[in-house]
This record gives sequence, C-alpha cells and structure tokens, in this order.
Amino acid sequence: MATVKDFRNDIRPNWCPGCGDFSVQASIQRALASLGKEPHEVALISGIGCSGRISGYVNTYGFHGVHGRALPTAQGVKLANRDLTVLASGGDGDGFGIGLNHFMHAVRRNMDITYIVMDNRIYGLTKGQTSPTSAHGFTAKTTPSGNIEEGLVPTQVALSAGIGFLAQGFSSDVNQLVGLIEQAIQYKGFSLVNVYSPCVTYNKINTYDYFRDNIFNLDKVEGYDPTDFLAAQRAITEHDGLVTGLIYRNDNKVAYEDQIPGYQETPISQADLQVSDDIFTAALREYA
Amino acid sequence: MLDQLSWKVGGQQGEGVESTGETFAVALNRQGYYVYSFRHFSSRIKGGHSNDKVRVSLKRFRASNDYTDVLLAFDQESIDLNVGEVRQGGIVIADEKFKPTAPDHVRLFVVPLTKIAEESGSAIMKNMVSLGASACALGLPVDIFTEVIEERFRRKGQKVVDQNMEAIQRGYDYMKDLGGADPELALKPADGTRRYFMMGNDALGLGALAAGVRVMPAYPITPASDVMEYLIKKLPKVGGVVVQTEDEIAAMTMTIGANYGGARALTCTSGPGLSLMMEAIGLSGMTETPTVIIDTQRGGPSTGLPTKQEQSDYLAALFGTHGEIPKIVLTPATPEECFYVVGDAFNLAEQYQCPVIIMTDLQLSLSKQSTDALDNKAVKIDRGLIATSEEAAANQASGEFKRYAFTESGVSPRIFPGTPGGIHKVTGNEHFENGRPAEPAGNRQKMMDKRLGKLAHVELEGSVVRTGDENPDVVIVGIGANVGAITEASEMLRADGYKVAHAQLHAILPFPVQMLQDAIHDGKKVVVVENNATGQIKHLMNFFGVSHPDVQSLLKYDGQPFLPSEIHAKIKGMF
Ligand SMILES: Cc1ncc(C[n+]2csc(CCOP(=O)(O)OP(=O)(O)O)c2C)c(N)n1
Ligand code: SF4
Ligand SMILES: [Mg+2]
Repeated sequence: MATVKDFRNDIRPNWCPGCGDFSVQASIQRALASLGKEPHEVALISGIGCSGRISGYVNTYGFHGVHGRALPTAQGVKLANRDLTVLASGGDGDGFGIGLNHFMHAVRRNMDITYIVMDNRIYGLTKGQTSPTSAHGFTAKTTPSGNIEEGLVPTQVALSAGIGFLAQGFSSDVNQLVGLIEQAIQYKGFSLVNVYSPCVTYNKINTYDYFRDNIFNLDKVEGYDPTDFLAAQRAITEHDGLVTGLIYRNDNKVAYEDQIPGYQETPISQADLQVSDDIFTAALREYA
Repeated sequence: MLDQLSWKVGGQQGEGVESTGETFAVALNRQGYYVYSFRHFSSRIKGGHSNDKVRVSLKRFRASNDYTDVLLAFDQESIDLNVGEVRQGGIVIADEKFKPTAPDHVRLFVVPLTKIAEESGSAIMKNMVSLGASACALGLPVDIFTEVIEERFRRKGQKVVDQNMEAIQRGYDYMKDLGGADPELALKPADGTRRYFMMGNDALGLGALAAGVRVMPAYPITPASDVMEYLIKKLPKVGGVVVQTEDEIAAMTMTIGANYGGARALTCTSGPGLSLMMEAIGLSGMTETPTVIIDTQRGGPSTGLPTKQEQSDYLAALFGTHGEIPKIVLTPATPEECFYVVGDAFNLAEQYQCPVIIMTDLQLSLSKQSTDALDNKAVKIDRGLIATSEEAAANQASGEFKRYAFTESGVSPRIFPGTPGGIHKVTGNEHFENGRPAEPAGNRQKMMDKRLGKLAHVELEGSVVRTGDENPDVVIVGIGANVGAITEASEMLRADGYKVAHAQLHAILPFPVQMLQDAIHDGKKVVVVENNATGQIKHLMNFFGVSHPDVQSLLKYDGQPFLPSEIHAKIKGMF
C-alpha cells in the first residue's frame, strides 16, 4: 500500500519560504495515503498561479492547464475515466475570478471531483494584485487607494450554487485540513475545500495572524450539524465566511456520472471504440 | 420532360415550411432522384420569411440554382420575395386565404389550401394539400408520399395517416381541376437507386459515432448545434456522453481533459465559439493532447450573419492561437466527406498528437442532399503511439515517464492516467521530457522543434483533388460547399469552349504547397472561389508560396451561397 512518501517526488516547490501552499501540498499527500490510494489512480488537475504549480509537486498524474480552467479540464478527465480519483486545484483568482463561471457550473453538474482552492486573497504569481476574494478596502498594486469592490465569499457562493460538500481549512491547521480533504475525496459528488493559504510575500493584510485571529472553527462547535443547510448559511454569514471545518454536506445528491443515460461502469478510456454494425446501420437508416 | 427541376416553398418561419420541404425532398430522393435542398431562414423562431428550395435532378448537383419552376407560397410575402426567380411560364401555387396576386410572367394557381385542410381534419394539413397540388403540377403520382407520411405519422395512429394522405389527394385533385397538371414540367422518371438524404451536420454526427467519439462537450450555436443534439441521442447507446457546457472555453478544455483521460472527445462550434477556444487550442498543441474541433462557419465577425453562409474563419483557424503549435485543418466539401473526415481527424490527431480543426460552412452543414451509402467498416480507428505500463516503466526520468521523450518523428508515446508506471506531468508551460516545467534555452528550442517538426514536411494525402481538363484555360480553386457550384460552372464554361480544371482543397494545414502548385501549374489562369471578403485562401497561397502569374479572386460575402451561373458568368468575364 502506498504511503505518504509515495506521493512525494524530488521536485522542490518554487514557492516562497513560508507560503501557505506547502501545507496544502502536504495535506493532499497525507489524505491520499491515508485513503489507501495508489499514486497512478489519481489525477491532479491544476490552474495557473503559484498554487497551480501543485500538480507538479504531488506524485500522481498531473495536468497543469490554462488559467481558470482547471475545473472543466478535470471534468473531462473524469468523464473519460470514472475510476480515477480526480482532484482539481488552484488559486482564488484562478477559481473565483477568471474561472468563477466554471466553478458555479461544476457545482451544479456535481461530478465526483474534489476541488481544493488555495485562497490567499491575492494574485501571487503575477506579483500582488487584488483578487476577487480581497475584502473591500484592501490595498494592493491594483487598488492603491483601497478596493472599492466587495470581496467574494467562496463558501457563500458554493452554498448558493447548491454544493453537496463544503469545507474550509487553514494552512496552519494541517491535521484538520487532512481530515477535510479525506472526507471531500470520499464524498460522492462535487466537493470544495477552500483553504486559507497565506501569501507571505504579497499579502500583508491577510497574514497567518490575521486568519488565526479571525477564524471560527466549526469543528469545535458542539452540536453544529453540517447537514443543516440553514445552519451552514448562518455560520458563514455570521463570521463573514471566516469559518473552518466541515460546513455542509448533503448525502442525498446523486453524482453526475451516476445519472448519465447509458453510461457504463467500464471507463470510456478502456472501452472498445468500434461501433457495432447494428447500431450504425440503424442510425444510417434514419436518413433513408 | 425535364431532367431537373427546382421547387420552392415559402412562408412564415414556424408554419411548417421546413417540414413541407423535407417531405417533398425525401419522397423524391426515394424515387432515385438526386435532391439538393437549401434553407433560407432567419435568426428568430416564429415569424419572418423562410423558404426551402429543393432541386431535383437525374444527375448529381451539389448546389442550388438561380431559377424556380414551381413556387409554393403560404403568404403574399413569399410570392413577393421569390417570384422574381420563378422562370417565365413557371407555376406559383398559393393559398386562396390571402387572396394572392402574382406578376404576369408566371401562372398563378390559387388553391384553398387551408380550407381543404380544415375539411380533411385540421388546418395544419395545408402543407399536405400543397404537396398534393405540387405533385399534380409536376406529373408525379401522390403515392410517392405514402411511405414518408406513414413513417412520420404512424405514431399518431392510422387515422392521422389517412387524413394526411387524403389532404394530399384533395390538393392533387383540386389542382388537376384547375388545369394545373403541366406535361412540360413533368420530370423524367428516375432509376429508383436508393440514396440517403442528409446534411453535412448529420454526416458529421454519424462520423463521430463511427470514429469512436464517446465524449462531446459543447455549447449550442448555429449552425453547429445539430451535431451536439444528434450525439445526445446516439452516444447513450454506446456508453458515451454529451455535456452542454457553460461556454466554449469549458467545452474546449473539457475536450482536452477527456482526450488526455483516454477518450476520443470532440467539440463542435461556429466562429464565435472558435474565438473563445483559442487559448485552449494552444494548450492542446503545447501539451500534445489530441483534440478534434469542428467549426461550422457562418457569417462573421461578431454575431455577424448567424444563419447565413460564409467561409471567413480560415485565417483564425490557422493563426488564431498565440504562440506556435502544430495543428491540422481539414476542409470537407460533401456529406460523404463530412462522415469520413471525423475518423480521419481523430487518427491524425492521435498520430500527431495535436489539435485538428474540421471546417465546414453553413451551406455544407445545413443543406440536405442525396448522399451515397456510408460505410462504418471503412472507418478505421488508429490511436497512434500509446505506451504500455512496462514501456513506461523502462523510459523514465526522475522517477517519471518521459511522456515527451525526444524521438526521431517528434511523436512520443502517450499513456492514459490510471496506468501503473506511467505517472508523468503535463503542463502548458515549456517542459522537460517528463513533463516538468522547464526554462532552459536549449531544452526550449529542442521542444519547439520536436512539436513543430511533427508536421514540418507533411502534406496530408488527398489535401488537393484536381479534376477536369489538362492544360486548362482556368483552374478554379475551391473549398467547402463551393464544390458543387464550381463543378457546375465548369460544365457551363466547357460548353462555352473553355478548358477547365477544378482544384478542391481538402486540407489547408499543413498547407499543401506542392500539391496545390502541381494542381494549378498547367492553368493559364487561376481563380480562387471563396465566401469571404478578403480572399483568405488566396492569401494563404501567397503566404505559403504557391505561385502562379495569374491568380484572381472570386469572392462573395453577402451571406448567400455561390450559384453555378454566377461563377460561370464571373469567370467568363475574366477572359
Ligand atoms: C488568460 C490569462 N490571463 C492572465 C494570466 C496571468 N496570471 C497568471 S496567474 C494569475 C493570477 C494568479 O492568482 P491566483 O489564482 O489567486 O493564484 P496564486 O498565484 O495567488 O496562487 C494571473 C492573472 C494568465 N496566465 N492567463
Ligand atoms: S508569492 Fe505568495 S503565493 Fe506565491 S509562492 Fe510566494 S508566498 Fe506563495
Ligand atoms: Mg491567490
């Protein structure tokens, strides 16, 4: 059986020392190992950004595509091979800026994919511009006199779109994060783990301390029922989105793959592609 | 007796113009006539004039023509807009209901279409009455419709079938009483050969099925949507799936993901969607992930003329992506070619590991025409180089499979995720042989050469098909649906005493420089016929270095397809 080591490769990430993304990488590796996955059974599809580099750093099949499109790419991979454990990953800009459209629709579509976002509330790779999750008043290169747009709350958006599994973590709490990623992968349907993953180089406002001081851990709340939609919505609203833990799960949803008419158990990637003469002839006859 | 005839039905969009045309065309196709239909419609659902022109002949034509023998009009507007092309002495059949009037050069037959339909059971059967009246005018028996009507209405019960046949019969009889049977308009009998009747889009859908397509992410757009809607019906039968994505960027990246995952995945769009796909097409080229994209061209730019004919995406398809990638662009011209091109496109995509764009145009995509039998067995599935687990394990760098190993051909074996021993990285960044991001200059140059080298000296078989006379006065270069009008125009020019050759382009990337050079070299003059304003194909000939002292453009960009007579007249005028 594969161990955490098997999910590591010999590449040294090019992240800045102290970047929150290291913990996300480690958490994904630990979660995969503890779920008993083999590296070749996993495909990690990532976007573009500092965070997007993650698909190169975990020893699984990895696909680093174009900015903002990790989710549709990942959905394509899943359709081709439903046996794969498909993870999609990227930054807040990638997922909630340029890729927000895809996010909303991936939630609606509900394929069995786990989406892990490294939310640092800034554009790291392009050297420090304001992001869609940056709060009102946030100052950065592109908002020198303060952001006049409101910050997007990913968990709120996900819940409104009808997500079936919603969790949020923090890079400083790896143990919690590993557990959340494990549960997300096990969930049969689309799951989001949004991770507050500080950018130590460009975001001087949303620092580790900032998150530590402001985060409210739902896992520690006695009696919090993650299957209660209204409770989830209330928790997010009361804490301005700054909650961690398993926020919401709905086990009554059916994954997209399990609803496709005629879709087979055998992955398409292994199917015989030749169409039978019977099917073809019948199809052609419609044009007689 | 006639060996060809043009019939047209016109009315408000949504009042059965299309189904009337379809019933007429299918019935005649089944008699063994060649049928070519062209639909004129607008970008709205109900209302607005639409018409369906059906050309029936003993010989194959793949174009519409410039006159009509019989016009069936459901409203006065249809007469006003179309009577100009009804030939001297031609027939107009119109519903009594709107008190039709028509100019003197035609014979107007006023038939109470709606009234007879109501008497037969329902006003909607006026289409049937009109078909009966048409049959009478053309000297055709009503029973040519029996089979088609039975198939169409069987589900609704025998009574409905009978009512419809009765409506046809009464239309026939009424026309006969008016003296509307015209021996001059009678068609020579056909030989009963069975052919299929389909449009390019139908053939593309069938071709996708035969080519092993199992995933199709797409976003609706005219004139591409039929392919998607067709596969929504068919893919469930073979365990496949169509996803209606949120946009074309998702469609293209999902297509890439599915092909990377090991499926044969296809997407289909038109110009606006092609523009949105450009970045991802670059990703397909950079990551050497095979993809197939169908672009059914329509009037551009922007929303342009969404329901009209144009061929103006060629330069976008060739040069629209930033950076430099290997790519293949195929240009079928007939439904038969549309069918086989999908399998070819996938074989090429997987052999060269690059994006392949199949380009049709609205006329080819939507014109239903008599089509020869299509052979499922002739579609071979060749998935190119795929490494086994063992091969992958033996070809590693830093513990990862060298997915982008440098090879002589530039093509490196792929492996599908899920395969033990095959782990590697894929990235749109420049990369090393194992797919890890890489910036060193030496590696960059080698990788660029590897990718671009795959198609560097390739001219795909059959990229140019040259027909016609040797040492011609003119070589007509054509692409897409223009094949039909050019073929006919060539005949007309020959009748005028010119020697004519026709060079039809079936692939424009890799641009078939040598093949096209060979195809035009003996011509005194070269005329490039294309449905765009700037002469894109002619520009490509210049760009790629196909040379000839006398090359001229024949362009049309008013939204209408070329007619044979117009190509004939224009080329004649060039001498
Ligand atoms: C289409 C496109 N536009 C812009 C860019 C430039 N770009 C690369 S990453 C990025 C934003 C990264 O921010 P985020 O997704 O939050 O990732 P982070 O670096 O913070 O992890 C941008 C704008 C690009 N690569 N592609
Ligand atoms: S710039 Fe910020 S996000 Fe990027 S690696 Fe450095 S710390 Fe991390
Ligand atoms: Mg970010």
